[in-house]
Amino acid sequence: MAHFNGVDYMDFDSLLNEEQKLVRESVRAFVDEKFMPVIEQHHRDATFPMDLVPEMGELSLFGSTIDEYGLPGLDNVAYGLIMQELERGDSGLRSFVSVQSALVMYPIYAFGSQAQKDRWIPRLASGESIGCFGLTEPDFGSNPGAMRTTARRDGDHWVLNGAKQWITNGSLAEVAVVWAQTDEGIRGFVVERRTPGFTTSDQHGKFSLRASVTSELGFVDCRIPADAVLPKTTGLKNALMCLTQARYGIAWGALGAAMDCYQAALDYAKERIQFNGQPIASHQLVQDKLAWMITEITKGQFLALQMGKLKDQGRLKHFHVSMGKRNNVWVARECAKLAREILGANGIVDDYPVIRHMLNIESVYTYEGTHDIHGLVIGAEITGIPSFNAPRPS
Amino acid sequence: MKIAVCIKQVPDSEARLRLAGDGRWIDESEVPFVINESDEFALEEAISIAEAKGGEVIVFTIGPARAAEALRKALALGAHRAVHLSDAAFEGGDAMSNGRALAAAIAREECEIVFTGSQSDDVGYGATGSVLAGFLDWPHSWLVMGVEMGEGTCKVTREMEGGLNEVSNLALPAVIEVQAGINHPRYASLKGIMKAKRKPIDTPSPSDLGLDPSAIGHAGAGVEIVSVDFPASGKGAEMLEGSPEEVAALLVDKLQKEARVL
Ligand SMILES: Cc1cc2nc3c(=O)[nH]c(=O)nc-3n(C[C@H](O)[C@H](O)[C@H](O)COP(=O)(O)OP(=O)(O)OC[C@H]3O[C@@H](n4cnc5c(N)ncnc54)[C@H](O)[C@@H]3O)c2cc1C
Repeated sequence: MAHFNGVDYMDFDSLLNEEQKLVRESVRAFVDEKFMPVIEQHHRDATFPMDLVPEMGELSLFGSTIDEYGLPGLDNVAYGLIMQELERGDSGLRSFVSVQSALVMYPIYAFGSQAQKDRWIPRLASGESIGCFGLTEPDFGSNPGAMRTTARRDGDHWVLNGAKQWITNGSLAEVAVVWAQTDEGIRGFVVERRTPGFTTSDQHGKFSLRASVTSELGFVDCRIPADAVLPKTTGLKNALMCLTQARYGIAWGALGAAMDCYQAALDYAKERIQFNGQPIASHQLVQDKLAWMITEITKGQFLALQMGKLKDQGRLKHFHVSMGKRNNVWVARECAKLAREILGANGIVDDYPVIRHMLNIESVYTYEGTHDIHGLVIGAEITGIPSFNAPRPS
Repeated sequence: MKIAVCIKQVPDSEARLRLAGDGRWIDESEVPFVINESDEFALEEAISIAEAKGGEVIVFTIGPARAAEALRKALALGAHRAVHLSDAAFEGGDAMSNGRALAAAIAREECEIVFTGSQSDDVGYGATGSVLAGFLDWPHSWLVMGVEMGEGTCKVTREMEGGLNEVSNLALPAVIEVQAGINHPRYASLKGIMKAKRKPIDTPSPSDLGLDPSAIGHAGAGVEIVSVDFPASGKGAEMLEGSPEEVAALLVDKLQKEARVL
């Protein structure tokens, strides 16, 4: 099995410290040795390799930036490098860890009570419990603030009603962080599997992110205890804070997918002979494609690194993250497309990772704020005019 | 029980190598360095014995400042502390002068057993561990494929030519030079990596170890690399072209008439 040696055109590594490089090396080895041999089959079967979860827990891949509960407390650059290596394997693998870490452990850690943290953080860290994050609804994707799911106080309970759609790991989850309208605004709730009135069903027929489970969550008069609310959640902004965490990771992750496509295309171009015994890498059009890919990947790396440094200093803003997510996912999408062209017919079969990345990236382009919505976030920041809710023509 | 492990940082064998200007070695400035492969297995063996029986794992290396990265990784994998012979006087040694330096550093620690790899992936002398055993005056075993710790002894298995396994008992203290493949080296957990930041790396000077600078490093070496080069690409290779049937017929013809092996 070929080992990935990284993509580093401009001595990016000289900006990393020893721990960051070691973290990347461990995760890279895990992905190469444990994940790559099985991904093709899982992708075909539309399953996630659940048997790898305990080892992922042992490596401390879940909640790795938390510095309590025996977790390693990594800095944000090391965390980003983990995301990069995971998504080099598959966007489904990175999504699994993103959801567990940024969308489940983060809100419980940041907005939860001591009891919620003590109960959930250790078992989510080990992978003994899987979590999911329910924000999107059938009718509300880019505009989650208008969600219809409600939580009503009833004595010492909350009663949930509504539906969530496109929820990663929904049916695998032991615990769901669910966002709902209340009299006090949108709040987050910790809902346990098997609570009466809570059901899940899986989305089938996906052509993208196949190695990741995507589900629908249904709540019909679902009674959860009063202390199931995340006490420090007071509005949609708390859900968006989770998304900012996850999007930061995606900005790094997408580079991993781009790197894998680039590497596959470069290797292929050097070996594939067409016309006069020449490798296709000798043709100018092919070189131009490869040059475009490595240039954009390199720019994306520096963008991601600067975000990581700002995040470590507590200065990273959501509109910075929008630029990182938007740009780097776009780069990955274009790289996948160019790599697929370079591989010719081989570009459409799963003997090579390229078509899988190409399909996956379509989900990544859309979830966690679509490419266009992030453009609007940047637009709102630089013009001071939010354009999401254009006034209705009278 | 104190367990010593000697590791070496070597250029990544998968990296593209260029020759240094003087033609005596490779240009090290652009190559990534990694822990020598069989040393990773030696380290895993030591760590798992310490986990099973209790004990302290101390890693040793000779090398410039960059070699601290290899030690840090060993600490992240579970070694307890490290000794880095980084003084310029240790540089440029051969198996003899390196074995002498390592023996002095290990003797200071009163270790009961030393694990090393069987050979390094760069110069490949395959002798440093054995020379080290000589300086310590301890028994040793090379190309070891299995280790079982006993009371005051260590049972080692080696693969012989012809598929035989040789099993021998070594009286401790001893030096065990393992072969790659003896176990499954673990990944450094992210927790381990963060813990390693706080583990100590000692950097003794030659005089701290009672060593005469003329007996170690380049000064103490009897072997000097004069030049390294890439093998000239061979003549006589010939690509046969055509359909599989044509190529097969051509090959048989050539094997009969030119090579005369059929
Ligand atoms: C595989 C997968 C996994 C997912 N996992 C999760 C999960 O775990 N949890 C969760 O809560 N959600 C999840 N999602 C949902 C995801 O976040 C949403 O799909 C995303 O927010 C977009 O919403 P939508 O699909 O409803 O598209 P819509 O919001 O309907 O958007 C459709 C199109 O309209 C554009 N558009 C919308 N509004 C505007 C505007 N104001 N101006 C300009 N253009 C606009 C969009 O950019 C897009 O191109 C997942 C989705 C996928 C595909």
